[in-house]
Amino acid sequence: MQMIQCPWCGPREEVEFHYGGQAHVPYPSEPAALSDEEWAQYLFFRDNTRGLFAERWSHSAGCRKWFNAVRDTVTYRFHATYRPDEPRPVTA
Amino acid sequence: MTTVDAFSTDPDDAVPHTPAAAAAGRLNGTPPRTPGADLPEHPDALWKNPEPKKAYDVVIVGGGGHGLATAHYLVKNHGITNIAVLEKGWLAGGNMARNTTLIRSNYLWDESAAIYEHSLKLWEGLEEDLGYPILFSQRGVLNLAHTLQDVRDSVRRVEANVLNGVDAEWVEPDEVRKICPIVNTSTDIRYPVLGATYQPRAGIAKHDYVGWGFARRIDEAGVDIIQNCEVTGFVRDGNRITGVRTTRGDIACGKVALAAAGSTSVLTDMLGLRVPIQSHPLQALVSELLEPVHPTIVMSNAVHVYVSQAHKGELVMGAGVDAYNGYGQRGAFHIIERQMAAAVELFPVFARAHLLRTWGGIVDTTPDASPIVGRTPYDNVFLNCGWGTGGFKATPGLGWVFADTIANDEPHPYAAPFSLDRFVTGRLVDEHGAAAVAH
Ligand SMILES: Cc1cc2nc3c(=O)[nH]c(=O)nc-3n(C[C@H](O)[C@H](O)[C@H](O)COP(=O)(O)OP(=O)(O)OC[C@H]3O[C@@H](n4cnc5c(N)ncnc54)[C@H](O)[C@@H]3O)c2cc1C
Ligand SMILES: [Zn+2]
Repeated sequence: MQMIQCPWCGPREEVEFHYGGQAHVPYPSEPAALSDEEWAQYLFFRDNTRGLFAERWSHSAGCRKWFNAVRDTVTYRFHATYRPDEPRPVTA
Repeated sequence: MTTVDAFSTDPDDAVPHTPAAAAAGRLNGTPPRTPGADLPEHPDALWKNPEPKKAYDVVIVGGGGHGLATAHYLVKNHGITNIAVLEKGWLAGGNMARNTTLIRSNYLWDESAAIYEHSLKLWEGLEEDLGYPILFSQRGVLNLAHTLQDVRDSVRRVEANVLNGVDAEWVEPDEVRKICPIVNTSTDIRYPVLGATYQPRAGIAKHDYVGWGFARRIDEAGVDIIQNCEVTGFVRDGNRITGVRTTRGDIACGKVALAAAGSTSVLTDMLGLRVPIQSHPLQALVSELLEPVHPTIVMSNAVHVYVSQAHKGELVMGAGVDAYNGYGQRGAFHIIERQMAAAVELFPVFARAHLLRTWGGIVDTTPDASPIVGRTPYDNVFLNCGWGTGGFKATPGLGWVFADTIANDEPHPYAAPFSLDRFVTGRLVDEHGAAAVAH
């Protein structure tokens, strides 16, 4: 089991967390103006990166806050976690 | 209740013991009937390993069950033989080698029932078609219901199955006990068994043999199976793909068919094509070898575990996907812990069984839990992916309809509902929760 660094609580065990998929997917600024194709992209299409991926996690059994993480989808290692209002950090 | 071949005590049902006898049985097309511990020997040669040619009519990317079955039906139903199946690793070493081999067709929606039942019918004749033992054992599947809502959904699915010509019945807890005596049907457990759906024609097959059987057949027909050959890019001319770049050089192609399961988006990213696929680890495990104790297949959505007993005697178990995206072909240990807890509650006799090994595959999930099959915005690129946790059972059926789609440049009627554009039109085939087991 991995330890995941909650930006508010510090390191906690993986079972306390809930996965939320790709990060930085903004709600459409003008929803009424979207075409069917654009709606489909917003609702159903997400990146499926092999390698470093920015994604959302929630500390559901702790502070219950959402945060973002950069994780390697091949090794599963977390390279960074950060608050939702922070930009994606540069990771290697 | 149907007779369960693996539990036969009739000595005449035994598989021949010597390799020669096994080979003789295979050559005259007699399938081995009771595998038990005596799995048939393999022939010395299964397929050649040719150097890739400069060009093929059809290049299939992915040498899993789906890629191999597609090649088989391109040959058999459409007379196309100038085909290469490119596999980045070893033949059928992806999800095909890692799945729990459950085969059934008791899905809710008409579109799903059509394709999975088409597949099940093909499974029933596959051993003869391939002239190779695949140990398809129709031992039935119980999908347990644990809540009143489960019961209602299950009965609804049974009715839908029957209307679609799929064998299905609702069975009460005492019948569950008769079909599979080791299921805990006591009423004082957290999720008591309130009944189950039963599909007697469901079963398991020896997954490796299925892959090898297809491979041997298409190799004989002149298809080139090229292992250790990873597709790393595409050669493009407008709306057509004229060749694939591989770790063994460029190969020109008339048509390209992608059947790369969990790695599909790595390939579609190279094509600049976005697909609504998320790759997740899915784990499974086996126990040590046991005497025959488990005569059927049991699945449970609510506590989420599924169990069958392999021909050799291991209990084979799987559950749901790990939550996060992944390509690592492994998953987290707590998922296994949860699955074992569910298994032991449902089958108290398993409590003392030792776990022999665990492994993971990478499955490709879609937003509506149904596959994506058919054409792409490219004129000559065809897509087969999104089978998630349940594509092994579709192997022959999918191969058939995908071959038809590729040969005719238009979706086979069974494939049509599963086109990529359903995510724009909204005509989803939402099997989430409607299927007999959740992804
Ligand atoms: C643990 C587990 C349990 C499962 N249980 C069941 C079950 O009980 N019943 C059921 O019906 N289904 C089950 N499945 C799902 C089933 O295994 C898959 O849906 C099915 O195998 C997918 O089709 P495939 O066989 O073609 O994929 P795969 O066998 O994964 O084939 C895809 C192939 O493409 C190759 N490839 C990828 N990228 C490239 C590239 N760039 N170049 C060349 N080759 C490439 C891969 O190496 C791989 O061999 C399970 C899966 C797992 C992991
Ligand atoms: Zn926290």
